[in-house]
Amino acid sequence: MRRRLAPLAAAGIAVLALAACTAGTEDAPRLGAKPSGAASALPAATIELWHGFSADHEVKAFEDAVAGFRKKFPQITVKLVKAVEDDKIIQAVRAGQPPDVASSFSTDNVAQFCKTGMFQDLNPVIAQDGVDIGVLPQVVQNYTQFEGKRCVMPLLADAYGLYYNKKLMKGHEPPKTLSELTRLAKELTVRDSEGNIEVAGFMPSTQYYEHSISHLGTMVGGKWYNPDGTSAIGSDPAWKQLLTWQKELIDWYGHDKLEKFRKGLGQEWSADNPFHVGKVAMAIDGEWRNAMIALDAKDLDYGTAPVPVADDKPQLYGGGFISGTIIGIPRGAKNPQAAWELVKYLTTDTDGLVTLSNALRNVPTTKASLASPALKKDANFQTALDVFAHPASFSLPAHINSVYNQEAFAEFVVKWESGAVTDLDAGLAEVDKTINDKLKLAGG
Amino acid sequence: MAITVPPGGAPRAARPRGEGRKALLWASPWLIGFGLFFAYPLAATVYFSFHRYDLFSLEFIGLDNYRHLLGDDRAHTAMRNTLWLVAFMVPAQTVFALGVAQLLTRLKAGAGFFRTVFYLPSLVPMVAGTVAFVFILNPATGPVNQALALLGVTGPDWFGDPAWAKPGLTLLAMWGAGNTVVIFLAALLDVPRHLYEAAAIDGAGAWRQFRDITLPTISPVIMFSAVTGVIYALQYFTQAMVAARVASGVTDSPGSSFVPGYPEGATLTLPQWLFHQGFRDFTMGYACVLALVMFAASTLLTLVLLRRFSAFTADGEGS
Repeated sequence: MRRRLAPLAAAGIAVLALAACTAGTEDAPRLGAKPSGAASALPAATIELWHGFSADHEVKAFEDAVAGFRKKFPQITVKLVKAVEDDKIIQAVRAGQPPDVASSFSTDNVAQFCKTGMFQDLNPVIAQDGVDIGVLPQVVQNYTQFEGKRCVMPLLADAYGLYYNKKLMKGHEPPKTLSELTRLAKELTVRDSEGNIEVAGFMPSTQYYEHSISHLGTMVGGKWYNPDGTSAIGSDPAWKQLLTWQKELIDWYGHDKLEKFRKGLGQEWSADNPFHVGKVAMAIDGEWRNAMIALDAKDLDYGTAPVPVADDKPQLYGGGFISGTIIGIPRGAKNPQAAWELVKYLTTDTDGLVTLSNALRNVPTTKASLASPALKKDANFQTALDVFAHPASFSLPAHINSVYNQEAFAEFVVKWESGAVTDLDAGLAEVDKTINDKLKLAGG
Repeated sequence: MAITVPPGGAPRAARPRGEGRKALLWASPWLIGFGLFFAYPLAATVYFSFHRYDLFSLEFIGLDNYRHLLGDDRAHTAMRNTLWLVAFMVPAQTVFALGVAQLLTRLKAGAGFFRTVFYLPSLVPMVAGTVAFVFILNPATGPVNQALALLGVTGPDWFGDPAWAKPGLTLLAMWGAGNTVVIFLAALLDVPRHLYEAAAIDGAGAWRQFRDITLPTISPVIMFSAVTGVIYALQYFTQAMVAARVASGVTDSPGSSFVPGYPEGATLTLPQWLFHQGFRDFTMGYACVLALVMFAASTLLTLVLLRRFSAFTADGEGS
């Protein structure tokens, strides 16, 4: 009898062991278990905040922003851990050793963070403390929640616009429509005697740094998803409009010439960025480019404007792609109440946000911080602030397969650019299928 | 006198009591290691492959992950690329290492210097070596293509052209074959000299000596190199990913994800896709299916190699 039971017992232990591997800890205090009242009511605690900033000036900016919190809550010690990426946060949560607060540069994983409960739902404490989410622009509200769960808050935002080199523009105003962009791109392009590109008016390749299909999509108002989470790429004519325009410009350059030029360009995050050194006249980029130009190309005479839009969609002009840094409280955080106070402070305190924005040159996320007289702004940074506040601005909707879907579309567009796709409709339908198959697998 | 054999064959000598337990005790370190680091992970991988597993919650979905594999074009691309590396990169690296080792045995002077020169690249960290290679082979600014241009040859777009990306990685693997060179060198120096002397007296030329003396003698080392090379190729990850990232110039930022396998999927290998599915797309159940495919492929290829070498060696020692 004992011999018969042994395999069963072994199997039972194996199943238990396997099941044990799948869960994080559940015995940590839950967020909202104790009401947070006056600052002094919170017990003394040491909390850890993991963030992705790594450069010295960024780390210092974070320290400066947290200084206000330390003053307000002297009984809470905040330890900042720099240069942490999402992978490490995920592993720490799975191992039951998460930080109290974690921040991520990417909004791409918000749906997974919320759906899996990896980050705790903040709605109860937001309601409990009477935090008005309406202080956040709608686009930011959208990318920090998934299916009703607001598991992260926005820390700072990124707003994309068109950067143009005034010297290379030869007195032209920045383009507002795709036809103006095409005309200027051709006029400003310089070639050598063999037709090789020396200066590109505008790089239509989606493999050029920030010219990804997601960022270009705001030019036509391309829709990514249907309400049920399935792909809308093949059925929304805006994408076809964008890709047709893009291919015509690529063909004008010559795909081979354009690729040769692209591959010889300097790195995006270096002083040799082609916009810094006058290799491209116009480029789409995030607001951080202002800080980089100030650092690496002080003499560059440049301007910023919203990205050009389709000629038949003038209502889109003024908007742009929006994303940003997010911050939340991982499941299993040991001091969730203190953690929430820190998250609340960093994401809603005007002085804290302005301090961070001034140091990092990212867009602050609340309406009050945007209007703060202490916020440093010049004409070029003001464009980013305007884009951020524009109703036509767009952010990728939270989706459980956000990264996969972007890759599937991007991969197709690269083939399209090379001329390997002969039937655009069929190709876009195939992108839909790829995305929808994955959605089914992921249980969406 | 007839001898009666009891049913069931000749009687076995009775084992002293407790010997089995002793054997288990002595084998227990291996058994524990095998159980913890092989049997358990393998069982867990099989178990998760039947589940939707987002790293936090499990849901049984039967064969759905396996069905998805059938329609996953990028997984198929990754498998083809990985097999290409097995079929071309491993032989190229082995032949190159053997050739270099053979040359090193012939050197009369400066042998130590050249041994060092050929071994040094294998000391360079993988990431640094790959980044350097991508810059050296840059079609517009790299010195290799500039040198070719001086000779009137238009160099290829190494890591930017789908047709040249894997050959580029193969060159990188050959450049870093120092460890294999050292192993082959030791094996070649171990071949008995008198065999060559006897063959030379019998009129055998250099090629005949190499084919009939060197190769059979060092065949166990070649088999070792081939098997470890195949397993290495099946696990090929870092160099392919770094080369693709550097050559593409794309960094991960919201709305601008790096698509693994640049250019056009040419450097996407199965381990990369597995990692991507498990840790970027949170479909760990499906990643487990890919891991099982890799495990099956490496087992199968190793068995094939062992059989082939067993037939190749004169006395079957290879098996």
